[in-house]
Amino acid sequence: MSASVTTINVAITATENLLHYGFMRRALIAALLVGLAAPSVGIFLVQRRLALIGDGLGHIAVTGVALGLVLNRAPVPIALITAVTGAIGVELIRAHGEQSAEIALAILFYGGIGGGVVLASQAPSGSRNLTQYLFGSIATTSSGDLATFAVLAVVVVCTAVVLGGALFSVSNDDEFARASGLPVMRLNLLLAALSAFTVVVSMRIVGVLLVSALMVVPVAAAQLVARSFRATFVIGLAIGVAVSLSGVVVSFYADTPPGGTIVLFAIGVFAVLLVASNVARLARRR
Amino acid sequence: MNVIAVHDGQFGYRGHVAVRADLQVDAGEFVALLGPNGSGKTTLMKGVLGLVERVSGTVELFGRPLREFHDRSLIGYVPQRQTAAGPIPVTVRELVRSGRLARKGLVKRRTRLDDAAVADAIDAVGLGDKAGAPVSTLSGGQQRRALMARALAGGATVLLLDEPLAGVDQANQEALADVLGVLVRRDAAVTVVVVLHELGPLEPLVTRAVCLDAGAVRFDGPLETAPTALLHLGHDHDPHGGDPHVGRPNRPRIGLMP
Repeated sequence: MSASVTTINVAITATENLLHYGFMRRALIAALLVGLAAPSVGIFLVQRRLALIGDGLGHIAVTGVALGLVLNRAPVPIALITAVTGAIGVELIRAHGEQSAEIALAILFYGGIGGGVVLASQAPSGSRNLTQYLFGSIATTSSGDLATFAVLAVVVVCTAVVLGGALFSVSNDDEFARASGLPVMRLNLLLAALSAFTVVVSMRIVGVLLVSALMVVPVAAAQLVARSFRATFVIGLAIGVAVSLSGVVVSFYADTPPGGTIVLFAIGVFAVLLVASNVARLARRR
Repeated sequence: MNVIAVHDGQFGYRGHVAVRADLQVDAGEFVALLGPNGSGKTTLMKGVLGLVERVSGTVELFGRPLREFHDRSLIGYVPQRQTAAGPIPVTVRELVRSGRLARKGLVKRRTRLDDAAVADAIDAVGLGDKAGAPVSTLSGGQQRRALMARALAGGATVLLLDEPLAGVDQANQEALADVLGVLVRRDAAVTVVVVLHELGPLEPLVTRAVCLDAGAVRFDGPLETAPTALLHLGHDHDPHGGDPHVGRPNRPRIGLMP
């Protein structure tokens, strides 16, 4: 009894210590937002078999971040414009190109990261600052960033819930959705824009090069144990939030980059659920 | 009344014509589109739905040009699929629910009426006890029945089915035929157009055969009067179906041309 009270006291003190710092409060809120937004979009991308598209959008966003650094302006709004433009471009290329689409996308993605790295090297502050946007950093989230992230994350999660049926239909069976008269192209563009929003929400904590992992891995872990699309959505969000918050806390104490820490946690959850679901399946067979 | 009217339709991909057809279907007909692989059956069906490029000609549904036809819930489409499952688990109920969207629009909340229609459609295909099961746990034939339920859930009166029997075991073929039999007997206005490579248990229901070969209609009339040679073209069935390059000018013709 007293041992558990002590443990709780230690945990409370540790939490107080964390929340004592303004940057940590902001980092935790930003982590919560990205933990909710990334799987909300990711579930539709995975079902559409476009799991890695978020990675490409992250690459494109690098150019936006670098532009912000060069112009010495807040990189978040510029990355938002770049990522949304890139996402719409990607969707249009996918819809109209055919055999050449994959190559066009590769050029867009690597052009994004190549251009970003070169641009950033010309920034007054040098390219050192770029790293924190690529892999996340707990110390950099400003109140202005938080406001932007909150608006974008709310838009992403609410759209995923309200238009969930239509986004599901398009992601699950594009031809049937078109035959049903759904505005498939517009829904695909919407999903692309939501992915771009999520890339931006991830900029401070997870980083644009790792955000795709947070879109895909919590959903991949959830589908191991869920029996329905809805359950996958709910469990995916829960895993997203849990790994984001715990990743930020651990990176504070262990002094590791939060993006990498969060992604490793997510993969850890995936591995545990993979083993657990296989053990459960074997047990049922006996 | 014509529920489907294709005049001088030429359909294909990237400007290349894969099938040419004139086809009028009246309410209450049960039409089988027959022909060997690559004859253009699937492309014609997709052309009617606006899913492939229309190179020339016109398509009307319920008397309205395709572009102006917005009441898509009247049409129930069962695409050719080996599986209805994707990477994420989806229950039969969730799959069938997506068949309601054409009727209720994108953002309206689900009502009890929607739930009842979904449950009815699932019961109609005999999957009532599987409604909460992930589609991936069903057999191929049961998955095809789930796709049929999705097409029925919106209250369609015209059903377009693309190879519903391909790769389906005998019991499930008969179950599918029973579902269609009940539907057409219950409502004389229900219209069915079905792409088939063999008639199987659907034969007693079919009122009209449209036989295609090499991208053109070779016969159109009552099933009884169709030349037997044209009815049995499909034994070289390819489970993946639908060659998008059919009718290419240099393509050697297959099948039994008269």
